[in-house]
Amino acid sequence: MTDVRADFFDAKPSEGEHERVEAENRRLAAERKKIARDGPKLKGAKLAARLEATWRRPPGIIGWLATVDHKEIGRRYMITALMFLVLGGAMSLLMRLQLARPDSALISAERYNQLFTMHGSTMMFLFAVPVMEGVAVYIIPLMLGTRSTAFPRLNAFSYYMYLFGGLMLWGAFVLNIAPDVGWFAYTPLSGPQFSPGKRADIWAQMITFTEVAALAAAVVLTCTILKCRAPGMTLARMPLFAWAMLVVAIMIIFSMPAVALCSGMLISDRLVGTNFYNAAEHGDALLWQHLFWFFGHPEVYIIFLPATGFVSVITETFCRRPIFGHAVVVLALISTGILAFGLWVHHMFATGLPRVGYSFYTAASMSVSIPTGLQIFCWLATMWDGRPRFPVPMLYVVGFIVTFVIGGLTGVMVAAVPLDLQLHDTYFVVAHFHYVLIGGAVFPLLGIFTYWFPKFTGRMMNEALGKVSFWLTFLSFQLTFFPMHWSGLLGMPRRVYTYPAGLGLEVPNLLSTIGAFVLAFAIVLFVVNGIVSLYRGAIAGPNPWGAASLEWATSSPPPVYNFEHIPVVESNTPLWDSEGELPVVTGLRVDEKELLLTTVVAAAPDLREPVPAASLWPLITAIAVGIVFVASIFSPWALAVGVVPCGIAATAWFWPKELKRHPEPVIS
Amino acid sequence: MILEPRFTGDVADLPTHKFGPSSLTWWGIIGFMVIEGGFFMLAFAAYFFLMGHEQGWPPEGRRPADLLAGTLFTIVILASEFINTKIKKAANAGDVPAIRRLILIMIAIGAVLLVIRGFEFNSLNCRWTDDAYSSIIWALLFLHTTHLLTDWGDTVVLGALMFTPVSYEGRRWVDVDENALYWRYVWLLWIPIYLMIYWVPRL
Repeated sequence: MTDVRADFFDAKPSEGEHERVEAENRRLAAERKKIARDGPKLKGAKLAARLEATWRRPPGIIGWLATVDHKEIGRRYMITALMFLVLGGAMSLLMRLQLARPDSALISAERYNQLFTMHGSTMMFLFAVPVMEGVAVYIIPLMLGTRSTAFPRLNAFSYYMYLFGGLMLWGAFVLNIAPDVGWFAYTPLSGPQFSPGKRADIWAQMITFTEVAALAAAVVLTCTILKCRAPGMTLARMPLFAWAMLVVAIMIIFSMPAVALCSGMLISDRLVGTNFYNAAEHGDALLWQHLFWFFGHPEVYIIFLPATGFVSVITETFCRRPIFGHAVVVLALISTGILAFGLWVHHMFATGLPRVGYSFYTAASMSVSIPTGLQIFCWLATMWDGRPRFPVPMLYVVGFIVTFVIGGLTGVMVAAVPLDLQLHDTYFVVAHFHYVLIGGAVFPLLGIFTYWFPKFTGRMMNEALGKVSFWLTFLSFQLTFFPMHWSGLLGMPRRVYTYPAGLGLEVPNLLSTIGAFVLAFAIVLFVVNGIVSLYRGAIAGPNPWGAASLEWATSSPPPVYNFEHIPVVESNTPLWDSEGELPVVTGLRVDEKELLLTTVVAAAPDLREPVPAASLWPLITAIAVGIVFVASIFSPWALAVGVVPCGIAATAWFWPKELKRHPEPVIS
Repeated sequence: MILEPRFTGDVADLPTHKFGPSSLTWWGIIGFMVIEGGFFMLAFAAYFFLMGHEQGWPPEGRRPADLLAGTLFTIVILASEFINTKIKKAANAGDVPAIRRLILIMIAIGAVLLVIRGFEFNSLNCRWTDDAYSSIIWALLFLHTTHLLTDWGDTVVLGALMFTPVSYEGRRWVDVDENALYWRYVWLLWIPIYLMIYWVPRL
């Protein structure tokens, strides 16, 4: 203690302290020389065994909860998101049952409100965004040739926050306090005056959970993509899926604060009586719409752009040539990401805007079809010039192009104000966004699941069953959603629990309902194929499709440490140009977890970075934060009191478990 | 079949810490700064959106916030950059004794600022429930307070760590450097908020 005081009052270290530190430095430098590293002398099975022992998570349930392995977290993200897809899908089937016949009394108006709110919120916040993040968290480090994501504990925290948010929403549904204000929860409907009770608060707080999760994952992915790429993988050589995820992660970083702010202000209007949206006290309900759609529009591209990355990956592999216009695709991704922030007002055409606002946002909305069109032409050119094969993943790409182009065209239609004012809030819009979201994102997702399934599991999915489920999915999708254009043009409003007979709505609605059930069956078939193939599928080997990117350079499924040596990249398509050998660098530690960091643009080796050990603290922090979030639905004091447990948990997360110096840094 | 490795180089001699954009955490912090910055920018947008609806700002019958506490806060937080720059230099030089001394001063400054912040809440001349003006004024001050509190907590934890043997690890100096970077962000963001709470209503 006397030492400390001396340091405080005296800028120079005391003589004794200085010598002690110097001696310690010398001892550590000597120990550093003895550290085991991979290299020509330490390779093959011996290296694999040592890396396995170092990277393996602790045993048992504790280790399972504490894991920071990106593959485990990515897998959990994907499986959880698929569970929510099933739940969200079940909601849609109930709605379709209700709408199968006119004047149906199967489901009450109140319950129907809950069903479409749960369906939309689940699909957008608990399925579409997280599933893309899950795929990326699993595959991006493999694709970039590294051993972990950046900040793996933050990654684990992100998953747990997402899980708890989803559990809260669905727990509320079971307890009959599910939100009923639509997935965009417009004020004043969602405000204290028109939505007493806790339903709207559950929605707003689910947003808080998922936005924290998405932001954490976005930071993890951005830093991984910028700093953890294999040496030689310059930005120009980076795979297109990594480019797509970089743009998406940055979009999340810029857009999620908008929904955080507007839902925070909604909660505070409801809980502590602020007046942000209260017109009686000079607030404005349209403030909600501006903030929500400033997030909500980019959200659509946050879901869609990863899917374009999938399409590029699949197209390249099955056409046996690099994507035509690689640079054009990258620029298209970036410009879509930027334009996405200039379009939000087209969701608000019906609120009344200045003339110049109409013109500007119409032009902006139409212009976003240019980069998307460029991408589509690049894929078509790749197919044209390549030698395309059509196994299941490629079929989904073709299904995607057809369906997404239809959805894109109806998008250009509703970008025109006069038509939008006619079609606003009708089933035409429902048809449009299901074409772009299912056609544009879910089809490529099913394709990429089939494509990466062998990497995830070591086994191939069944091709014949896959083809059956593709055609069923594709055709039943059209049967479900094409008639909605028709019912929308006939004037059927969305979000109304029934419709009267005799308006010509019976046939399109019945067709949609039949289609929806076939579509559900097709998805079940896909899942069954996955489960059966997990046990019975053909053994895949490291690179069953003959693909070019690095995730295929390691075994399937990958070992916990991903790569024995860190690969070096010398071209856009490393495995096609490798000529039987994989160039690698050596020198990372084998007895502690370590990453290689490279420079942001040129990917030159820059630093060695210790990787955090498995830890329960991200989970404990997520639990503490989760309790505070749920409690703050009921009392504002939860925030003030909750700072303490959250602060303790977060501190314990960062605090080194051994307060001594190591020869080289470790994160314990 | 797994490809045979072809050894092209060795990275064992690379350092394990560097300051600035080479550091992984530097990028993480930039990421969180952009998130918070976006949050504040949108809150500013909401402020001007609500202001655009009003005849007067503050609305008629309401006094703007009293200047004393807010201005004192501004002076102290701007002056703190003097110490902050010194701590950043000490971190880059690996001067542990100086870091220890300066980080304690920064913790003390943070504590003083939090106390002044309490008085600021008391001098807004409105309650958040009064009207939209009051709500957004309170929101801005509340948001900046969470910002301040988070960084202060971070500084306290880091300060405690600096009195343990790991304070001689280079990566901890990078932490101190990046914490100082973040502090710059805290006071930089305060300037527009100060103007919006105290001076825009006086225009």
